[in-house]
Amino acid sequence: MSEGSSGPAIVVEGLTKSFGDVRALRGIDLSVPRGTVLGVLGPNGAGKTTAVRILTTLLRPDGGRATVEDYDVVRDAAAVRRVIGLSGQSAAIQEELTGKENLELIGRLYHLSWPAARTRAAELLEQFDLVDAADRPSKNFSGGMQRRLDLAASLVGRPKVLFLDEPTTGLDPRSRLGMWDVIRSLAAGGTTILLTTQYLDEADELADTIVVFDHGQVIAQGTAEELKGRIGGDVLEFVVPDRSRITDAVAAIKQIGEGEPHVDSDTGVVSVGVGGRGSDALIEAVRGLDVADVATHGLALRRPSLDDVFLAITGHAAEEDGAPSGKRRGRRGRRGTNPDSPKRRAS
Amino acid sequence: MTAVAALETAPNLALRARWTTIDTLTITRRNLLVWMRVPAYIVFTVIQPVMFVLMFRYVFGGAIPVNVPGGYVNYLMPGIIGQTAAFASFGTAIALAQELQKGVIDRLRSMPMARSAVLAGRLVADTVRMFLTIMIIVGVGYAVGFRFTQGVVAAIAMILLATVFGLAICLIAAYTGLAIGDEESVQAFGLIWLFPITFVSSAFVPIRSMPGWLQAFANNQPVTYVIDTMRALAIGGPVQANLLKSIACLAGIFIVFMPLAVRAYKRAA
Repeated sequence: MSEGSSGPAIVVEGLTKSFGDVRALRGIDLSVPRGTVLGVLGPNGAGKTTAVRILTTLLRPDGGRATVEDYDVVRDAAAVRRVIGLSGQSAAIQEELTGKENLELIGRLYHLSWPAARTRAAELLEQFDLVDAADRPSKNFSGGMQRRLDLAASLVGRPKVLFLDEPTTGLDPRSRLGMWDVIRSLAAGGTTILLTTQYLDEADELADTIVVFDHGQVIAQGTAEELKGRIGGDVLEFVVPDRSRITDAVAAIKQIGEGEPHVDSDTGVVSVGVGGRGSDALIEAVRGLDVADVATHGLALRRPSLDDVFLAITGHAAEEDGAPSGKRRGRRGRRGTNPDSPKRRAS
Repeated sequence: MTAVAALETAPNLALRARWTTIDTLTITRRNLLVWMRVPAYIVFTVIQPVMFVLMFRYVFGGAIPVNVPGGYVNYLMPGIIGQTAAFASFGTAIALAQELQKGVIDRLRSMPMARSAVLAGRLVADTVRMFLTIMIIVGVGYAVGFRFTQGVVAAIAMILLATVFGLAICLIAAYTGLAIGDEESVQAFGLIWLFPITFVSSAFVPIRSMPGWLQAFANNQPVTYVIDTMRALAIGGPVQANLLKSIACLAGIFIVFMPLAVRAYKRAA
């Protein structure tokens, strides 16, 4: 449909957007090559959803420009809508209608004939393993099934570019893995995907390239491996069951690590990057903690995760961000995203 | 996808209008389907108004003296039909707030469909629903003694006026639903204003039975104009003055709230 199909599918330059005093986006630049998956990683309120809403023509930017499949999201918004699919943070399906009816409805709104809409719905129900549930009201679906149906709905128009805004938020681990499989197969089919997530392991699993958002800015960019390389080595980690001894534990290992140890006071997890001195650092840590007489468990060296990367870049963990949500009137915040619940899974 | 392409590059308005109509009908069909699937909606749109008719007719009716031919039931029915038409808007506001909250509107707005269809389809479906409710109430009214006395044309005109009145209130509700955008808040506050404007009117009791300060409001507000017109069309009385006032008020509502609702939909985010 568009010319110059060798260029990037999504180009974003200097995008800004404010809601009153909240600067949700402070000049974002992005480029997503066709057929690749970009993971947009960041805590609540980092500006991920705002960026997706601008790229899907739901919101007008204050400044900068963005194109999807070479169409400008403001000037050619109608053309953009023909080539995109959007699956948001909650299942945007009509719960009273069956899975089949939901997809047929969307097909009709894409101006497919009734037979074509039925065929497309049947194809998608098959592809998303929803055939058995096709004739049941979707409110009786499990959370995972509802999200799959929502994703299927975003594919009715065979989009070239798919936007997935936190596609697994709120799903149980098993449904999450199922969703990952579906996203992988879409990517394998050549769809360009922009995926936002708060789950660091999710970006690691699915994305070809990752950008890290924080306070409306891109603070890091690269492949998962490149980002992990920023830590430059292993991470030493252990749990202090007696929270009152955490300070002593940190003092005991302070000289061993590179940089400040990170403490999660809820879980009692203490972690610190130790560079290439893996085993030596481990032995020193055991000695130090023994001398300080701090009981620990799970003391181990591990490869750095994206959690550590986030910590290293921003100085705070993904879920500790207290920034205002930047979402208008907080409405979207109530859509299935509970900012109080820990989003980060132990990896 | 050629049809989709055709919509966006439509050389003439006729084709665009055709797709807008088709999209509106698709949304209308969906809304009516949803309505039929939810027992609570049926109760709200059918059983509740019927209970109102029976309660006012048999519980309060005896205590309310009116001076109209046919007695209180004839006084009551135009009022209860007007009130029912107004309260149908509850569904409009809640449904739009719900769709906004659940992201359904985001999805539809990100699709290459006619943007006006969501709002238009909602209003068409709710008007159909309201019309059915009115017809049921007229039927129940007939069963408990109500009679149109001014002929078929006047009766049809009354039902038409009630429907247009209900549509006008639905439009206000569409605006409030989209502007508030949160289902619970809409449930709690969105339509609380409907109670004073429908009850402090000539709908259920003669205004002269109210205290003087309340009469001043009740005598000079749109619901009274509309219901007095409906009552005159149903059981006789002067029509013209109240009809003109009603038309003026309804036109005012459409002129003010149509653009507001459209703007709220476009901004809905």
